[in-house]
Amino acid sequence: MSGLKDAGHLFRFAGLFVLAFLVFLVVRAYVVPKSFGEYGHYRGAAIGEIAAHPVKFAGRQTCETCHTDIADIKAKGAHAHVNCEACHGALAAHADDPMSVTPVKPDSAVLCARCHTASAAKPASFPQVDPAEHSGGAPCVTCHNPHSPIIGSDFTANAAKGGAK
Amino acid sequence: MNINRRHLMILLPAAAVAWKHVLAGTPEDSPNYQMSEHWWGMLIDIPKCIGCGNCVRACQTENDVPDGFFRTWVEQYHRSDYHLETPEVISPDGGKEGFPVVKEGEEGKFFFVPKMCNHCTDSPCTQVCPVGATFITPDGVVLIDPKYCLGCGYCVQACPYGCRYIHPEKKVADKCTLCYHRITKGLTTACCEACPTGARQLADLKNPNDPIHEFLKTHTVQVLKPQMATGAKAFYNGLDGSVR
Repeated sequence: MSGLKDAGHLFRFAGLFVLAFLVFLVVRAYVVPKSFGEYGHYRGAAIGEIAAHPVKFAGRQTCETCHTDIADIKAKGAHAHVNCEACHGALAAHADDPMSVTPVKPDSAVLCARCHTASAAKPASFPQVDPAEHSGGAPCVTCHNPHSPIIGSDFTANAAKGGAK
Repeated sequence: MNINRRHLMILLPAAAVAWKHVLAGTPEDSPNYQMSEHWWGMLIDIPKCIGCGNCVRACQTENDVPDGFFRTWVEQYHRSDYHLETPEVISPDGGKEGFPVVKEGEEGKFFFVPKMCNHCTDSPCTQVCPVGATFITPDGVVLIDPKYCLGCGYCVQACPYGCRYIHPEKKVADKCTLCYHRITKGLTTACCEACPTGARQLADLKNPNDPIHEFLKTHTVQVLKPQMATGAKAFYNGLDGSVR
């Protein structure tokens, strides 16, 4: 066992390894985010960041907090299951600031046709018309109240709420 | 790009500050939401879909999806009676502006199939990510960490449903988040909010009062590509056998 007296270079080498490992640990502690591995092999804080995105569709309940009159008409009509923003578009901005953000009334000739234009690809039970033949190009709201579209179902409400005039 | 020593000395502290920002993250926005109490999925009811494209437009609005890319899209199938295995599928601009009218009496069967991320329990896309940028959350939503994503595109290739794309400006992978920023606040997804017929319904499989459980008991639902054993959680009701 005369080798050990010449083993100094081995210890220096091992020391270098230990030093490199320490440097690795220090760098790792700095660059790996605190939440990495919180739930799995990913940055846990990313979940909160994605959840913090702004909402643009306010949701039906928010609309109905203020527009109770429309909600009442709608609840009795054939469109009861259709959410407000399905037709009116994303209006969280309006819900947040009703005074300065005013929604634009949708063009019924375009909007209604989107769903109700007849096509054999649509389920047969869904009410469909050929818009040109059905109304001759007149806007749908001439006869229908979009909130309660079956004619005669709520005509007083029709006249009052921007339906038939 | 040429960086000399002087520039590097300026850039390094700036990079360190930027990285600190990544490390810190942003605080949780919905403190009352408990991830362990939910397991999210989606019910897609084919016989109710009318192909209006409301979901596609709503998703684009809610999530700032760039034009020509889709987190959800609608396909119109034409399954001919003579070629049962090879349906014709169209999806003009993802079905965003609806579909051309199909005349009465056309041969075969026509129907619409909304597509989206299936939020798979055993997702191939999360398995291939080399940096841990995509993952399934404890409440069952497959998400992408845009700060970690390198944009290598492995996940885009791995997804058997074609639900991912590389964002043209951010250059990172992007896809449906199941409106995670909405469902954690008690709202439904933008596509479900905008669907006029209830063809899409957000489902919380851990909530015993969710109508999904009654639906699953009384209907035979399918998932897309079941042979791939992805554990997909987009359940399709009334799906034609020709859909792949």
